[in-house]
Amino acid sequence: MLNTSSNETYEEARRQLEICNACRYCEGYCSAFPAITRLRAFADGDITQIANLCHNCRGCYYACQYTEPHEFALNLPQALAKTRTESWQAYSWPAPLGAVFQRNAAASVFITIVAVAALMLLIRALPATSGDGFYAVLSHGAMVALFAPLFLFPLICLFVGLKRYWKDVGGERITLAHLKDAVSQAATLRNLSGGHGEGCNFESQDRFSQARRHAHHAVMYGFLLCFASTSSGTLLHYGFDLPAPYGFWSLPKLLGLSGGLLMTLGCIVMLTLKAKADAALSNPETHGADQAFVGLLGFVGASGLALYGLGSTAAMPALLALHLGAVAAFFVLTPYTKMAHGFFRLAALVRDAQQKP
Amino acid sequence: MSKPGTEDHILKPDVLVIGGGNAAMTAALQAREAGKSVTVIEAAPKAYRGGNSRHTRNFRCMHNGPLGVLTGDYDPDEYFDDLLKVTKGDTDPQLAKLAIENSESAYRWMEAHGVRFQPSLSGTLSLSRTNAFFLGGGKALVNAYYARAEDAGITVLYDAHADHLEISNNQVTEVWVSTRAQELCFKPAAVVVASGGFQADTDWLARAWGPAAKNFLIRGTPYNRGVVLKDLLDQDIQSVGDPTQCHAVAIDGRAPKFDGGIVTRLDCVPFSIVVNRNAERFYDEGEDVWPKRYAIWGRLVAAQPDQVGYAIIDSKSRDLFMPSVFPPIEADTIPQLATKLGLAPDKLEHTIETFNAACKPGPFKPTELDGLSTQGLNPAKTNWARPIHEPPFYGYSLRPGVTFTYLGLKVDQTARVSGKQGPMENLWAAGEIMAGSILGQGYLAGFGMTIGTVFGQIAGREAATHA
Repeated sequence: MLNTSSNETYEEARRQLEICNACRYCEGYCSAFPAITRLRAFADGDITQIANLCHNCRGCYYACQYTEPHEFALNLPQALAKTRTESWQAYSWPAPLGAVFQRNAAASVFITIVAVAALMLLIRALPATSGDGFYAVLSHGAMVALFAPLFLFPLICLFVGLKRYWKDVGGERITLAHLKDAVSQAATLRNLSGGHGEGCNFESQDRFSQARRHAHHAVMYGFLLCFASTSSGTLLHYGFDLPAPYGFWSLPKLLGLSGGLLMTLGCIVMLTLKAKADAALSNPETHGADQAFVGLLGFVGASGLALYGLGSTAAMPALLALHLGAVAAFFVLTPYTKMAHGFFRLAALVRDAQQKP
Repeated sequence: MSKPGTEDHILKPDVLVIGGGNAAMTAALQAREAGKSVTVIEAAPKAYRGGNSRHTRNFRCMHNGPLGVLTGDYDPDEYFDDLLKVTKGDTDPQLAKLAIENSESAYRWMEAHGVRFQPSLSGTLSLSRTNAFFLGGGKALVNAYYARAEDAGITVLYDAHADHLEISNNQVTEVWVSTRAQELCFKPAAVVVASGGFQADTDWLARAWGPAAKNFLIRGTPYNRGVVLKDLLDQDIQSVGDPTQCHAVAIDGRAPKFDGGIVTRLDCVPFSIVVNRNAERFYDEGEDVWPKRYAIWGRLVAAQPDQVGYAIIDSKSRDLFMPSVFPPIEADTIPQLATKLGLAPDKLEHTIETFNAACKPGPFKPTELDGLSTQGLNPAKTNWARPIHEPPFYGYSLRPGVTFTYLGLKVDQTARVSGKQGPMENLWAAGEIMAGSILGQGYLAGFGMTIGTVFGQIAGREAATHA
């Protein structure tokens, strides 16, 4: 069990949730409020669940009659953001890594630089003897040997964390209906719709806007397209004996190009929105690290696009090191940074599907 | 009061709106959309803008057939009957019907101006047919109107207090306003006053109600001090409403002096016994379902010594009512609870023993009148009377929380204010400052916002026509 009984962050979230539960004006904004009003008292597991349901749309903050200077000093988006990042830290495995990367932008940047440098050294140390395209720089065997564990290990770490989360929030056996509900909520980001479909209050204060929802869609679907691109390449390689490089009108290229564009643009817009938004309505302690993570994700996309554009020039080996280094850093950092939100948010939505009447 | 300098600050909007809540912003938008220049004078700083509207949650709306979030239908006759029940006939039927009949178009107007509705909140199902809830509550409504005002080019001055309206020959000629930085003298063509009642001026409340009013809590904004209302009444503008009365409900005694809003509400009374400072009961706690009785408890508590009451329940009633903002005082025995509440332990124990002895067995039904009554007790508790004997025991202190005052300006069907020599040439009123015409006593949930919206629209339109 997450040891939070005497934790100030949880105490503050509890104080605020009790006020919210006596008011309930925000019930229609998102899934978090109905989850609040179903309860009379808030155990730590309840608070963890509500915090992970919260998408930081900020609708409740701008509608709240009890924000500062009122003596009740409600700032629910911040209280839940702090609880949320604290829960990810506590659930990260090995735990100390979460503590470092959730709060420290420099640590993520450092890992990225190290990863890129490592790739450069690797390319120099292991000259490929055969192969076309990128494989002429780093052999297919070397890539697989490197990235298979880099991909699988973070998934194992996340799985451990999610299992702990599930236990703490009292999760039950998951059915297809639960998954369907949760995935459809995530796929549409219904919780950033404001309840009325006009978007959230992330960057425009008390006005509603779709900017963050759309930017997040771009990043998320861009990322999924890139993932599909890699998967399709793997399938072609092993299933159809069709190794890279692929032409423009191939599945890996079409998926990767569109995904890379979406992800890069989405991350740029996300960073712009974050810069415009009030940092005090999220967890100010993780602001820099979150920015660094979005930056890294954008860089993965942009370096991939550069590699596509300049793949036949002399810059290719250096770009390949940059791109693969960024991807490696992204994998390593996934369980310990903002990226963890996607997994815990989905788990929270599944749990919410179980609890909804 | 001296007249502020005018040379540098002669400000001449077509329409000057005094106030910054629902009625004021409705009037301002309405006048602006009629093509007039509009300035809004809001006494509160930006963070507290919106008067009591920022604490509201719904408005009462007639409709034939489902309308938006509203279920079933609510015809004007039933609406008017509901109003008669709470006001006991103390209403101007023409103005009341005007508000009621225009409430349906008001719903659409609100929606067109950015207000969003949500189904009735959990715990308020009884209102799903009659009251449309604002998504996010009243502050979200206020935000929507201010955003519209900004887009429409309405000037809004925060921290701006209207001190005096200069009147000659039934015409407002100047409005004196002080802000933090300067004194301003406005010379508008038309003026709408929508600056609320005087409930935040506790000295005035004490003069009207008696010294006990000093112990009252004010549920809403501290900025409704009635300055404009008093200034106009001092100049013989005609008034309506009982000048001594305010609408008060019983709220948690630990609530802040001002602005505690909805969360300080306590719904435990029907399942409790309520005692005064002397640990004695004084009224039937189970007289009727809570939505029909909560409004009288403000007055009941106000009549007790030190204007304080204590609601006491035991563990079996803990989850029967909506949670409130402060946790109850808790103890394992009645004497311990009495000590924590500052009551005489032996007296409270005696009161509870007497009450328990008068309780009779029978089915307990928390959501309806169950007739589970005490026998041979004075005062009786006529429903939900179950002995208080299962620890832990819980206590809440109760104090009167003032929602609004009834004294206001007399207006006609065009929201025009009546001066000493007949209708004013260029002065209209909307919202709480004129609601006393319609709500002579009592209160009907969500009707304040209906009056504010309908008369705000009328006042804004009429002022624009004149300007």
